[in-house]
Formats: sequence, structure tokens, C-alpha cells
Amino acid sequence: MKTDPQPTPAADDVLSGRPHAAADSGLNPDSLPASAAPRIAAEALATLAAAEAPSAPPASWARDINALSQSLRDGETIFGWLETDLDASLCFVSGIVVLTDRRLLARGIGDADWQQWPLVAGLRLARRDHAGVGSLELFDDKALLARWRYTLSGDTAAGRLIEQFGRRLAALQSGCQPAPQEAALCPLCDTLLLPGQDECPNCNKEILSPPSTWTLFRLWRFAHPYRGQLLAGFLLMLASTAATLVPPYLTMPLMDEVLIPFQNGAPIDTHKVYLLLGGLFAAAIVAWSLGWAKTYILALVSERIGADLRTTTYQHLQTLSLEYFGGKRTGDLITRIGSESDRICVFLSLHLLDFATDVLMIAMTAAILISINPWLALVTLAPLPFIAWLIHVVRDRLRYGFEQIDRVWAEVTSVLADTIPGIRVVKAFAQEKREVARFREANARNLAVNDRVNKIWSLFTPTVTLMTEIGLLIVWAFGIWQVSQDAITVGVLSAFLAYIGRFYTRLDSMSRIVSVTQKAAAGAKRIFDVLDHVSSVPETTNPVPLPQPFAGNISVRKVGFRYGNRTVLRDVDLDIHAGEMIGLVGHSGSGKSTLVNLICRFYDVSEGSIRIDGVDLRSLSVADYRRNIGLVLQEPFLFFGTIADNIAYGKPDASRAEIIAAARAAHAHEFILRLPHGYDSLVGERGQALSGGERQRISIARALLINPRILILDEATSSVDTETELEIQGALENLIRGRTTIAIAHRLSTLRRADRLVVLDRGRIVEEGPHDDLIAREGAYFRLYEAQTKQLEEQIAEAGWVVASTDRRTQPAAAA
Amino acid sequence: MSDNIPATSTVATAASTAAGAAFALRRDSFGLLVYAGADGVEHTGVVPVRAFPISAPADGVALINAEGHELLWIEQLAALPVELCALINEELANRELIPEIRSVRSVSSFATPSVWRIATDRGETEIVLRSEDDIRRLASPALLIADAHGLHFLIRDRYALDAHSRKLLDRFL
Ligand SMILES: Nc1ncnc2c1ncn2[C@@H]1O[C@H](COP(=O)(O)OP(=O)(O)OP(=O)(O)O)[C@@H](O)[C@H]1O
Ligand SMILES: [Mg+2]
Repeated sequence: MKTDPQPTPAADDVLSGRPHAAADSGLNPDSLPASAAPRIAAEALATLAAAEAPSAPPASWARDINALSQSLRDGETIFGWLETDLDASLCFVSGIVVLTDRRLLARGIGDADWQQWPLVAGLRLARRDHAGVGSLELFDDKALLARWRYTLSGDTAAGRLIEQFGRRLAALQSGCQPAPQEAALCPLCDTLLLPGQDECPNCNKEILSPPSTWTLFRLWRFAHPYRGQLLAGFLLMLASTAATLVPPYLTMPLMDEVLIPFQNGAPIDTHKVYLLLGGLFAAAIVAWSLGWAKTYILALVSERIGADLRTTTYQHLQTLSLEYFGGKRTGDLITRIGSESDRICVFLSLHLLDFATDVLMIAMTAAILISINPWLALVTLAPLPFIAWLIHVVRDRLRYGFEQIDRVWAEVTSVLADTIPGIRVVKAFAQEKREVARFREANARNLAVNDRVNKIWSLFTPTVTLMTEIGLLIVWAFGIWQVSQDAITVGVLSAFLAYIGRFYTRLDSMSRIVSVTQKAAAGAKRIFDVLDHVSSVPETTNPVPLPQPFAGNISVRKVGFRYGNRTVLRDVDLDIHAGEMIGLVGHSGSGKSTLVNLICRFYDVSEGSIRIDGVDLRSLSVADYRRNIGLVLQEPFLFFGTIADNIAYGKPDASRAEIIAAARAAHAHEFILRLPHGYDSLVGERGQALSGGERQRISIARALLINPRILILDEATSSVDTETELEIQGALENLIRGRTTIAIAHRLSTLRRADRLVVLDRGRIVEEGPHDDLIAREGAYFRLYEAQTKQLEEQIAEAGWVVASTDRRTQPAAAA
Repeated sequence: MSDNIPATSTVATAASTAAGAAFALRRDSFGLLVYAGADGVEHTGVVPVRAFPISAPADGVALINAEGHELLWIEQLAALPVELCALINEELANRELIPEIRSVRSVSSFATPSVWRIATDRGETEIVLRSEDDIRRLASPALLIADAHGLHFLIRDRYALDAHSRKLLDRFL
């Protein structure tokens, strides 16, 4: 354990560490040590504070901070604050910590007054966090003076306060102001960040606002390119609907001018009959051909919209960060992109079309009915408002039911996506039954949710049917009465009945659309969830071009990193020069892979920065940058395909000669040739057909092929035997020359050729230097090294002992 | 941070070497726990950690030193002498925060990300739910909700919530 040297203050500098409530008027500046440095002119301090303090105090504490700054004397100036949102017993209670140029003050919501601690030498302010709770602690060299708690939303602000605290303390002690803080620029868009502003207001429109509920309309974005076809389809639909409305209209003259006069003794007008029947036939033919054309066009278009939607979503998914994938389940993403986009597509091509036809039909029918007889029309349309109301009531419940179904469905798929790749483990531990039970359980949940939706749904459709039947009844009754009053003819009534027969079946099918619309809306929402997700390693809007020639200097500055609420790296400072080979060592879980992840920008640093050839990583174009990195991962992953495809993954146009050269360098060539189909052998899903060491060698070849400036080997040879490792090492030696190389290895002998070794321990760099120096220092590296060599010796000794003991045991047996 | 503080404390706010426990624990002036095992070696900055903070918080606590190595395994906290138990409990309470949601007052929207106003056993607060996936199902009927800042909130029994909360919550499950 390393212990930092404790600052040893001059004895007269130390004040009583105990906080004392300041009298309201006083806040007693003379309690400051007399040695507290020449006072800087108050105005100068004020301008400095304006430049360095956060811009606006937190709303709930603005009054107290104002009151405080009013009461300050002698040019004392506020330099920063931190709003804390937890109290000592970790309850959600607000508090504030304020830093002035000579004191630290704090106050909780219930406190009558400020507590204060004068800034004196030996005072330290530090923060740490655990499981989502941050602590800000004030120490002097003897004891803990105070501790404040906050949730991690305030962590960056706490960092700033600590930094400012250090600057104020230094200023008080030395009497001169430290150099001004570097003005922070947004790494993405180069806007100047105001003091206290941690995130760029331009780039960080964090999606705290939920997507609009009118999700389906957002599909317009995808429909837009096809608007011409859509318009044509719509016009066709209009025409074909109109055509289907002609036949009932013709029943009117057929009844009133042919059949009824015939019943009353007039002869049948055959010419008229032919004409009317011909009209009926023609209408049917026209409706058929128009209907065919519209269905065809719109189905084509909707299929294309669906395909675009799918591709766009997948494309967007590819830009998202590892963090996103870490938090998602494969099955869920697969259902979103696969089946839900399909459902939207079906909705667009079938249901939306039907719906539009229905609406048109209803509108046209209503118009015709009204033109024939307004009163009868009114009676006919009476159930409409009821149905509309019913739809309204049911819609919301259905949609949320369908959303639930989708989520449960994703869960079912996730069980599959979990267990199928892990089938070997399942079988090895004979847990088939358990997995089936898990699947059944997910399925049962699916059933339960479906049952709930079906309960609403099954009631809804018959209700609509009932209403339409009642409507029909009323029309009959009202119609007969009207006929008996001679207000309308029998023909009009029969036309009405013919119309409303269609009308009501339409209403019925229209009510059905409620469910599919809600299903599609739920699906669309889940797709837009993906589309709306902003990558947490966002591509900058105006990327700085990679410095040419690209050298590969990496400088890591005060980097801190956290996975969710777990701090993994803290204050990492590391300079890697172009062409240098660095060996990263440390215990398992010390953050080696994490550091490499940050250098590759799979994640963005939580604090600090990483610069490549002097340019902040975040302002480079991600794809351009990564093209210069050859990465061999700890868990090599191969895609389904041939070995040649897998080696050439990073450079699909590589020639065969290049592929072979890379394979030779990685010592994969020979074993590849031993395979039945050589470089054309299929490796199976995730490279199942190869051994662990073979997979590693292929992934080394893959990294070498792209001829990267920066080569990262994360345990690249951990699964190969020592002899092969030595051979690969030999081959790598040529390749490493001139490239910036970061190699991680547990077998320290692997790193013999490293120029410098960096020892990580629990997220911090504890040692750095060439092998011999570190051995001489007898620190952490020495212990690691010693443990390994000792282990080796022991193993050898043990083996010898085993041999000796078997010898001894066999001797008496032989003697007997 | 904790590993930078030397064990040269003068004030011990609590100390215990009760009979029955083969170790001593006290708090130094920096607020750190100091552990002395049977061998008499002092470790500063030990932290108690529950093995199953959610499913079995009552049993299984380990004392971990500043390097992350286990010093002591305590099967049952209650079996320890009272002062030790109190000291460990105090430190645990100091470290862990899994507020229990008592009721969901309101949600900003049913689509995520959504801001929830909730009442917990530690007061009212607001949390940001980034996506429905952040609601983890524990052994039924418990739920664990991760907010955008990495704090975890527990719902012990979702069927025991009031009707309003249950209705809001249901929309996200
Ligand atoms: N995606 C993740 N989410 C949360 N925590 C993670 C994640 N990846 C790693 N960690 C944690 O971060 C710490 C550092 O992990 P890292 O993979 O960097 O270790 P390492 O030094 O590469 O170890 P090893 O030698 O075993 O590969 C570990 O404690 C690990 O549990
Ligand atoms: Mg690793």
C-alpha cells in the first residue's frame, strides 16, 4: 500500500478543525491566520471568481447564496459551490457547500446557519464514490472534519469544487493566483463551455424528453421518398371506392322504375333493365381493376418503407456504443429490428389501406345518403358517435397492452438468444429441464399479458357488431314508417339498406383497425426508441482530420472512468510515444481492458481526456481513427464465414497474398493449411470449429492485415502453448517495430520486449518503467514477477518430487 | 482515497474487544474503521460488504481491507457482540443506499426516458428512467430500478403498492 506523504503544516497555521457556526454579522474573517498571504485586490478577485465560478447558483439555494455573498466582508469572494442531495443518513435532503477564497461553508436545509472551515494549510478535500453515492470529505492532517453526500449527478461538480479548493488553498498560501483554468471547449462542436458547465448545451440535448406519442406519424420520414406512388395509390383508392358505391345507387331506379311498376301491372322496360344491369357490371369491373392497381402499388411502397425502416434501424444500431449493447439483450434487439418492422410493414400495406378505404367509403356513403334523404341518413349514422367513443375508450388500454406484449415477446426471444449460444454449458451441467422451465415461464407471462388484452378486445368487436345490428333495426323501423307515410319510396329504402349493409361491415372492420394500429404504434415506438438513441460516443459534427502523417502518440490525461456507478479507472496519466511498446500488467480486474477500451474509444472517458497526436479523441472521426488501430481482443470473435473472410475482415479488398502474409506472421498459416479446405474452410458461428488458440491466431492475423499504426494486443496469446507463443512473439517483433503497441499479458514473459511496463492496480497506475528498473524497485511489479517465477519453480520442483516419490514407491514394490 | 490515510489516529470513537469475537474494530479520527485480527495486525480503512444486499441483507457480511482482500467473514451479524454489530451496521448504513420505493407519485410520460417523482423510505426524490430495461425483475414480486445516475431503487412488493403507483408502474412492465 502506498501512502501519500502528508502535508506537514507549520504549527501556527493549524486552527481548531471543529466547525463553528458563524455569527450572522460576523462570519468573522479575522479568524483567518495572519499568515494568510497578502490580500489580493477585491476587484481582481471578483473578476477571477466571475471567470472561474459556475455561472448560476442552484435554484433552491439561490437565496441563501445571495444572502451569504451580501454578508461577506473584506472582499471575500465566492468561488464555487456544490449542491448535495443526500444528508448524512443518506436521505434525500438538499444541502449546499460553498467555497470562497478563504473559507469553505456548508449548510443543510434545516440548519439555522452556515458551518464554516477556514482554508488553512493541511486541509484536504477529497471525493470518492460507491454504488452510486458520492462522498465529499474534508480532512485536516489529524481527522475527518466533515463529510457531504451526493448522488452521482453532482459528481463532476464535486470534481470542480475540489479543483477550485486546491487552487484557492494554493493562492492563499503562496499569495499569488495560480494560472487561470484552461477554458474548456466542447470536444464535439468546439463551443466554449462556461465555467461550471460540464456538458455542451448544443451537443448534449440528452433525450430526457420522451418521443412523441404520435409515433406512427413519424413514419412519414420513411414514406416521404415514395410520396409520388403514395399519391397515385391514394387517387386510385378514391376512384375504386367511388366505383364500389355505384351498384347500390343503381338499385334505386331498378326498384322504383322497374320492379315496383311491374308489381303494379306495368310491363318491364327491358332496355332500362339492360342499361342498369350493364351499369352494375361495368361498375364491378372498374372497381375490380382499380382495386387491383391500388393494392399493388401501395403494397410495393409499404414493403419498401418497411425495408428502409429496417435498414435504417440497423444502420443506426451499428453507430451506437458498446455501452448501449451492454445494457440490451440480443433477443430484444432482434425482435425490434426483425419482427416489429415487419409488423409495421403489414400494417401499412394491409390495414392502413383498408382503413383509408373504409373512411373514404363511409364519407362517400354518408354524402350519398344525405343527398337522397337527410332524415333517414341521420338515423343511419346515429351509431357512429357511439362507436367512435368506444374506440377512444379502448384504444389506450390496447396500445399499452400491446406494448407489454412486445416486451414480453422480446423476453421470450431473449431466452432463446441466451441459451442457444450457451448450449454447451446447459448440457454440461444437465440443465435442459431448467432452461425449458425458464422458457415456459417467459411464455406463460406472454400468455398472461395476451389474455388481459384479449379480454378487452374480445368484448370490443361484438359490441360494435351489436351496435350496427341495432342500427339496422332502427333503419328498418324508421324506413317502414316513412314508406307508410309516403315520405320515401321502397326503392330509396332498399338503396339505403344496401348502402348501410356495406357501411356497417365497414364500421366493423374499421373497429378492428384499432387493434392493429395500436400494435403498429407500439412497434413503431420500440423502433424509434432505437433510432432516437444518441450514441454515448457521439461522432463529432466537424471532425478534425487525423494528423498526417499519423504517428500514434497517445497521451492519457487524468482519465477517470466508470461503468454505470462502478468507478473502474481513476486519475490515469500515461504517455505513449509513437513506435513505443507498452506492456500493461496488473491483477485481473484492475482495468487493463478498460483502459484499452477507452483508447479505442469504445467508451468515452468520464473525466480527463485522451489525445492522439495532440488531438482530443472525441474530436476525431471515430471510423477514421479506428481504421488505424489493430485490435486483438481478449475474447476473439470470428464471424460465420471462411477463414480468409475472417482474416480480411478489416480490409475486405485484401489480396490473397496479403491474407497469407498476415496469417504467416500470426503463425496461423500452417494450421490453416492442415484444415480440409485451407483458407476456404468455414469457421462456423462464432468460430466454433476452431480451438481457442487457433481463434486467437486468426484474430492476430486480422489485426496485422490492416497494417495499423497502433496495435493493441489484449491477452492475444493467452490460449496458445508456450512454444507457439514464442514463435508468434518472434514474428510480432518485426511487426511491432515502428508501431505504437499496447500489449496486455498475464504471462509476464510475453512482455519481455516491451520498452516500458505500466502496472495497474485497482484502476490506478502504480508503477511505470522498464522491466529491470521495476525489478530493482521491488514494488508491485516485482511481486507479480516473483509470484510467477516462484510458481514456475515450484511447479518444476513439484514435478521432480512427484517423479522421485513414484520412484521411491515403486522400489519397495519391485523389491517385494 | 481511503488508502492514503495512515493509521495514526488518536481519537477512537468506538472500540470493542468483546469476548467471543477474536477481533477488534474501532473507528479512527478520519472516520475509517480499523480492524485488528487475532494476529494483532491493524488494518485501516476496512469496509463491511454485504454478500447479498438485496436477497439476504441480514446474513453474510465480509470485512474487506483497503486492498480489496477479505479479512473476515461474518455469517450472522446478529451473533456478534452488540458494539461491534452496531459499528458495522453504522458503516453499512453509511455506505449503501438502496432506497425502497413506497409510492410513485407521478411520471412525466409513459414513454422512456421518463422522469418519475417517487416517495421512498429516504424521502421524496426524482429519478430518470432511461429505458424499460432498467427495471430489473428480482424474485417476484420485487423489482429493482436503476436510475440514470446509477442509483438503484428497490420495490419490495409491487403488488403491495397503492393502486395509483401500481397503475403507473404497470405501464412500464
Ligand atoms: N461492461 C462492464 N460493465 C460493468 N463493469 C465492468 C464492465 N467491464 C468491466 N467491468 C469491471 O471493470 C473492472 C476492470 O475490468 P477490465 O476488463 O478492465 O479488467 P482487466 O484488467 O482487463 O482484467 P483481466 O486481466 O481479467 O482481463 C472489473 O472489475 C470489471 O468487473
Ligand atoms: Mg482484460
